Amino acid sequence: MGNTNQPLLLQGNEAIVEGAIAAGCRFFAGYPITPATEIAEGMSVKMPMVDGTFVQMEDEIGSMGAIIGASLTGVKSMTATSGPGFSLMQENIGFACITEVPCVVVNIMRGGPSTGLPTNPAQGDIMQSRWGTHGDHPIIVLCPHSVEECFYATIKAFNLSERYRVPVILTTDEVIAHMREKITLPPAESLEIIERVRPNVPPDWYIPYEDNSIGVPPMSAFGDGYRYHVTGLVHDVRGFPTSRPDEVDAFIHRLHRKIDKGLPYIQEGEYFLMDDAEVAIISYGSVARSAKQAAILAREKGQKVGVFRPITIWPFMRGAVEEILKNVRAVIIPEMNMGQYSREVKRVDQGYARIITLNRVDGQVITPDDILRKLKEVY
Amino acid sequence: MRYEVRLSGSGGQGLILIGIILAEAAGIYDGKNVVQTQSYGPEARGGASKSEVIISDETIYYPKANRLDLLLCMNQKSCDEYYLDLKKDGLLIVDSSLVHQVPTNQAYQIPFTRLAKEELGKAFVANIIAIGAIAEISKIVKVSSLTEAVLKRVPPWSADLNKKALSIGIEEGKKAAERVKRLSV
Repeated sequence: MGNTNQPLLLQGNEAIVEGAIAAGCRFFAGYPITPATEIAEGMSVKMPMVDGTFVQMEDEIGSMGAIIGASLTGVKSMTATSGPGFSLMQENIGFACITEVPCVVVNIMRGGPSTGLPTNPAQGDIMQSRWGTHGDHPIIVLCPHSVEECFYATIKAFNLSERYRVPVILTTDEVIAHMREKITLPPAESLEIIERVRPNVPPDWYIPYEDNSIGVPPMSAFGDGYRYHVTGLVHDVRGFPTSRPDEVDAFIHRLHRKIDKGLPYIQEGEYFLMDDAEVAIISYGSVARSAKQAAILAREKGQKVGVFRPITIWPFMRGAVEEILKNVRAVIIPEMNMGQYSREVKRVDQGYARIITLNRVDGQVITPDDILRKLKEVY
Repeated sequence: MRYEVRLSGSGGQGLILIGIILAEAAGIYDGKNVVQTQSYGPEARGGASKSEVIISDETIYYPKANRLDLLLCMNQKSCDEYYLDLKKDGLLIVDSSLVHQVPTNQAYQIPFTRLAKEELGKAFVANIIAIGAIAEISKIVKVSSLTEAVLKRVPPWSADLNKKALSIGIEEGKKAAERVKRLSV
């Protein structure tokens, strides 16, 4: 990390690099892509400075495979990409889910589908980050909305991934990734850094996928003398393929249980002017900044508007959203997609509040004016 | 006070770099709140490019510039496209070697690119001349802060060249300001 206490002008992508290094990431494999290239660029300069490894891979499939392999040797690993690359990573993200290999995947959202709008912001990968890989799997997705938060969310992504042995997706949009803001990097000793639990039994006694109270088995590193089998097939507690219904059921349930039990620790959101709000704007990423501005401007007109901003996009913050729906008369959900997060809100809205969506897919950020215009529907 | 700046032109003119420099000067050296964003096409050169800087004493939420206090146009197209985003009393600064039709007689017209070529022999410092003029005309940033920020972001071998470019910008900014003042009386 750079000099502490000295404010720096950093890009969101640069703050992600600093956050990754502070979290202990020492392996990065990736393939450059706008608008995430600065992360690979930064890692290629900084990884050698901390005795880490940077590999420019042949593509994003290889990148994802490489970080899983590196993590299996006990090294915290990350890759970074945007929509097209994120699509290629999906199969191996599933592999990381089923083998419970901690890793962090950064996806900076740009306009899609396909090559789409490489230099424009979008939020079209909200559902892909949840359901992009096949099979019934839990996943954690975080979405920062400022340069400073890029730093802390990256650390949190690593911490959650190590704690729950799950791939964590850090996603935000082009605006936040390329935006520069002031940030003061905190001293390393002030940060909480979590390491995966390693086995403390002799190698002969190690049962690699044995359940325990938290549902997260200790993980040995390749080369430590603990031999075990890693496979993308559903496996028994020893890591060997199984299709015995009782073993399969217990395994899939454990994958979900470990995340469900951690929800209070995993889920994080910001409440902005929400105390007395009668209308809530629910938004994330760069759009949340427009939402905050809109809420301030609306309050100048006497309209009690607040903002709820999920930082944890997945697992969906059902409890928090339900509470809001019960306490406001309307909710506006602005998104740079055709309505992805809003579907989840609608799913849990049992007629509590009116839900209004605001969607923009022209490659431009939703402005405070866009939101203020929408507010007229409820005022 | 929220002050919104848009630096516009085409890709390759160094608009994003001077956006970063302005943000660093106002944010790091002058201690204000700043946000710098950029928007450009997929081309390496050519194509529309713009960089925006918000400078404020308060927290900056919305990071983009919508109602401009200052607009720099380094080509005709950007001038035509963005002039209407300028506030009523906003400042329009154009590279008069590339912008031949200005929408108002209140425009600060300085031939940045021609000055860079003729005075310094390097067209690529036109952006640094422009940022010098911006500092002089708008007073939004201290010249000492700007000089430090420029020297931090350019390669060491070009320090002298860039310092000269800055002072040409400041000088030309003064002259342009006098011209506009005469016109408005």
